[in-house]
Amino acid sequence: MSDEYEHKLEAKSDYATDASSVPSTDIDSVPKAELPDQELYHSHSWWTTYVFSQDAKYIGIQYALTAVGTGLLGLVLSWLMRIQLAFPGLGWLDPAAYYQFVTMHGMIMVVYLLTALFLGGFGNLLIPLMCGARDMAFPYVNMLSYWAFVVAVVVLLASFFVPGGPTGAGWTLYPPQAITAGTPGSDMGIILMLISLILFVAGFTMGGLNYIITVLQLRARGMTLMRLPLTIWGIFTATVLAMFAFPALLVGCLMMTLDSLLGTSFFMPAMVSLGETLTHEGGSPILFQHLFWFFGHPEVYIVALPAFGIVSDLLSVHSRKTIFGYRMMVWAIVGIGALSFFVWAHHMYVSGMNPWFGFFFATTTLIIAVPTAIKVYNWILTLWRGNIQLSLPMLFSLGFIVTFLNGGLTGLFLGNVTVDVPLSDTYFVVAHFHMVMGIAPILVIFGAIYHWYPLITGRMMNETLGKIHFWITFIGSYAIYFPMHYQGFVGVPRRYFEIYDSPYIDTSTLLLNKFITIAVLIVGAAQLLFLYNLITSARLGKKSEKNPWKANSLEWQTPQMPPEHGNWGKELPKVYRWPYDFSVPGAKEDYIPQNQPPSEIIGAKVEKT
Amino acid sequence: MIVALSIFLITVGSIAFHFWSPWWWTEVASNWGNMDDTIILTFWITGFVFVAICFFVAYCVWKFSYNKDRRAEYKPEDKKLESRLTWATAIGVAALLAPGLVVWNQYVTVPENAYKVEVFAYQWGWKYRLPGDDGILGKTDIKYITDENPFGLIIEDTNGKDDLLVDAQELHLLIDRPVKFELRTIDVLHNFYVPQFRGKMDMVPGIVTYYWLTPTRTGDFEVLCAEYCGSGHYAMRGRVIVDEEQDYKKWEAKQITFEKMLAKNQKKRQFATSKKG
Repeated sequence: MSDEYEHKLEAKSDYATDASSVPSTDIDSVPKAELPDQELYHSHSWWTTYVFSQDAKYIGIQYALTAVGTGLLGLVLSWLMRIQLAFPGLGWLDPAAYYQFVTMHGMIMVVYLLTALFLGGFGNLLIPLMCGARDMAFPYVNMLSYWAFVVAVVVLLASFFVPGGPTGAGWTLYPPQAITAGTPGSDMGIILMLISLILFVAGFTMGGLNYIITVLQLRARGMTLMRLPLTIWGIFTATVLAMFAFPALLVGCLMMTLDSLLGTSFFMPAMVSLGETLTHEGGSPILFQHLFWFFGHPEVYIVALPAFGIVSDLLSVHSRKTIFGYRMMVWAIVGIGALSFFVWAHHMYVSGMNPWFGFFFATTTLIIAVPTAIKVYNWILTLWRGNIQLSLPMLFSLGFIVTFLNGGLTGLFLGNVTVDVPLSDTYFVVAHFHMVMGIAPILVIFGAIYHWYPLITGRMMNETLGKIHFWITFIGSYAIYFPMHYQGFVGVPRRYFEIYDSPYIDTSTLLLNKFITIAVLIVGAAQLLFLYNLITSARLGKKSEKNPWKANSLEWQTPQMPPEHGNWGKELPKVYRWPYDFSVPGAKEDYIPQNQPPSEIIGAKVEKT
Repeated sequence: MIVALSIFLITVGSIAFHFWSPWWWTEVASNWGNMDDTIILTFWITGFVFVAICFFVAYCVWKFSYNKDRRAEYKPEDKKLESRLTWATAIGVAALLAPGLVVWNQYVTVPENAYKVEVFAYQWGWKYRLPGDDGILGKTDIKYITDENPFGLIIEDTNGKDDLLVDAQELHLLIDRPVKFELRTIDVLHNFYVPQFRGKMDMVPGIVTYYWLTPTRTGDFEVLCAEYCGSGHYAMRGRVIVDEEQDYKKWEAKQITFEKMLAKNQKKRQFATSKKG
């Protein structure tokens, strides 16, 4: 089909809809464009291409690399913590250092790795490509978003070098202890942490506006919301959550900064510290907890929803089967997102808030299990009668199902207020949230990297190394966190630098600690294998064909692979269907790309989407 | 094949670990055995779902592995199946929630015959206060805390005079008598936690929180702080000893009232200042 012909065809169909109410008989017609084609910024120098880039694809990669780099620090910190727990006799850490590492590990992994990687990384890379846009709506603001993130990371890391070191307040930063003597880093460390978070929120807001507006405004012709890949639904909904949730964190941080620097008393009641009565009076520590968890619980879903979306697409593509119950999946994502704002105080059942809240929050928390369970059912029903390719992305997706299922079910323990009482503040909690929002989303991230690596580099990652990486990571992390739940039953409290020989703790529990630590060291080391694969495959990997996984979504349909600046050459793509037309009866191939017009697949018994 | 088998083995291994590993909760020593019962119920329901789904996945991976001559089924939706699964889940969730809420109601409703004990937490240790003969704990204020008045009782409040002050890391409790812990901290957050009792509640500066329990067996138990409170958190341990009535009375008789302690401390100070003078 020549360009000219297409233009004529378009003009005719547009005319038809404008001039009369007679519907177009042309089966290939798509709604006409509502906005003129986007004007792009074209870089002219090395600096503006690779450093201060305004191309969402580059920004995505920059975000991802910065996040992974910070995450590696988080990984090393977890090694040091685990060595202390298993081998306290070594005396590598003192309590202050231990608590500082716990805190930094937690904050880095949740905010600076997972949030930044899913939204900043995958969001930037995939939103324009999957929606069929040339770039984000506001490329310049997008660039600022990344650099604000970099500054936030630098401020965070700077806290390792100030007097007193980084904050050791625990990642939840609960006042009063976060800013009073007795907690490591209670002077400068905590201030830098708060400033870093404030910068992160500012940077994220710039990026987040971009993701939302791009999804809403710049979709290709024919790309209705109900034809969007679930990846985009996940990232989009997570971004909306973040826009509502992060302000709570922001004000919490600002108020605590004022409490610390100016002596206000937002969160500070009258209290004694080092034998002296402080000048604070009348503040409420529980207020901070409400603000923190009003952010903190949606934050779990800010990480989980993109993982849900991505894993849905990976499962569908690699089992050559339509995602089961697409509409239900979309509504589940939106429903979980909305409900996630009504469950925050389940982190606070034993916080000293009015205990009657427990009834409300236990109920809302268990209700959220229903849409979440629907998602799990639909993933496994996608596998049912599929044609399952055990490629790397599929392996990691299967790993995700097992770990997420496990972590999700233990959530039913902790969400049910009564069961939470004996288990809260024990290793059961640590095991639960690592399984559900650590391991599960990270397995998706790995699957996604193996899946989209050819799109970024034009080469495939090494399969053998990838398989070794998968088995060690999956089995190893299950071996770390599954038994850890049982330490929680014993009653081993979390955030203990050393447990000593407590009368109620069997020596075998300490033995289990050693086992877990050894598993942690091995799983951590296996990530080096992944990094090696990631780096060397960019040069040495097998050249990838175009659309190597035979996927339907738009990112694989660009004229060049990897896609060039502007993504789509001269013509923006037109979309005729959803991205899940796999194994359609009567079709020649077992996949029908979203931009393949109906006239080319006559005979395929495809359901209208 | 290997993948399906691994998922199968992980599931079977998890069940085996659950039933045969040596790591399980300590023998309960309070009336909150029904928390354990709720956990067991949760285990059965969630365990069933876990096993069913993992086996289903393993079966799919084994049965529907890739064959280039075969096509996957084309079935985007199944409304009936989806709504059945939704309802089944909702019922399962309700079955978990209902008993949980019943027990929670008991947990937050203190029986009227419960006697009171104030637990006093600080960085990093525990003290206790008993109401004395009048059964009423005197009012406190942080501003009153001095060397002579380490608990910060408001001296003008006469209810506090006969309060028994336990300035040691050890508390005794009566067996089979409900006790309400009134939880107070003078600095940061803490949490009064005895694993065998199952109960837990944060202590928050500025307010008094509470929970209650009935000890059901005598013994010597370790108290741990369960809310992070700074560098000394891990060392904030204490002891609770559950006694029969006789032993409890003996221990109680040894404790000093606020009035006496204040007098003693003031005498000590006068002595010190007079010596200096």
